[in-house]
Amino acid sequence: MADGRWGCALGAFPHLPFPISYLLYKKMNVGLEHYLVVSALLFALGLLGVITRRNLLVMYMSLELMLNSANLALVSFSRFNDNLNGQVMVFFIITVAAAEVAVGLALIVALYRKRQSAHVEDLTSMKL
Amino acid sequence: MATDILFYVLAALTLIFGALVVANPFSRNPVTSAMFLVLTIISMAGLFVLLHAFFLAAVQVLVYAGAVMVLFLFVIMLLDLKEEERRKIKLTGLVAGVVSVGAIVAIFVRSLLATKPSENLPAPTAVGDTATLGKMLFTNYLLPFEIVSILLLVAMVGVILLSKKDLK
Repeated sequence: MADGRWGCALGAFPHLPFPISYLLYKKMNVGLEHYLVVSALLFALGLLGVITRRNLLVMYMSLELMLNSANLALVSFSRFNDNLNGQVMVFFIITVAAAEVAVGLALIVALYRKRQSAHVEDLTSMKL
Repeated sequence: MATDILFYVLAALTLIFGALVVANPFSRNPVTSAMFLVLTIISMAGLFVLLHAFFLAAVQVLVYAGAVMVLFLFVIMLLDLKEEERRKIKLTGLVAGVVSVGAIVAIFVRSLLATKPSENLPAPTAVGDTATLGKMLFTNYLLPFEIVSILLLVAMVGVILLSKKDLK
């Protein structure tokens, strides 16, 4: 790794695999990066859910997971930059997400009434 | 430090519960996913508290774990979804999912590696309590606040229209 930080982390604890050695190198002081890593992993999980699950409702829940991970990143940036505007942003995101969930679920219910299915592979009428 | 240990515990809980929302090895029932999503959101509210965003932690629990998840459960019960039968997972879909998620994670890792260490930053002091955020909402962000209230009204009207029996 070209970055000096990582080289230092590897050098300090050569007998440990590198994520652990990196954590030890940072003396486990929780900083912005830690929250961003959690947020990124949560986002990846949500994306995985949206792509691989085929149930409309579960896909929608994974979408909420992605939205929440973005909120976590915003709040941690807001905290570590001493700027509360980020938290106001998160407040608005939560409000819009609530409205979005209501409309989306109403759409799913309307779709289910028409097709009797909440499975993505059954909804192919727009396929060429 | 206690808060550091608390961070690791809450982050691990958030990620484990999030993984169980997406891929639960024991159950394909949407209700299980919804319940684990509630747990994810509550542990994330704990992370918000660690970040001194007290108001947002409360809103997260009230709006997400309360209102939104009740809506989800309500719809799941309304649709009377059976246990999702095991369909054959398409290989192309799985490969596409893994590749795109890997790409996203690679981008995140690269960008985190490219950042400078934040050790020399001053200790954060921003506290998102209700009084401060409320003052900001009603001064700097008054117009967005009102627009959001109209948005909620529009969403409500839309939902009522969409859930009518005969869509015209």
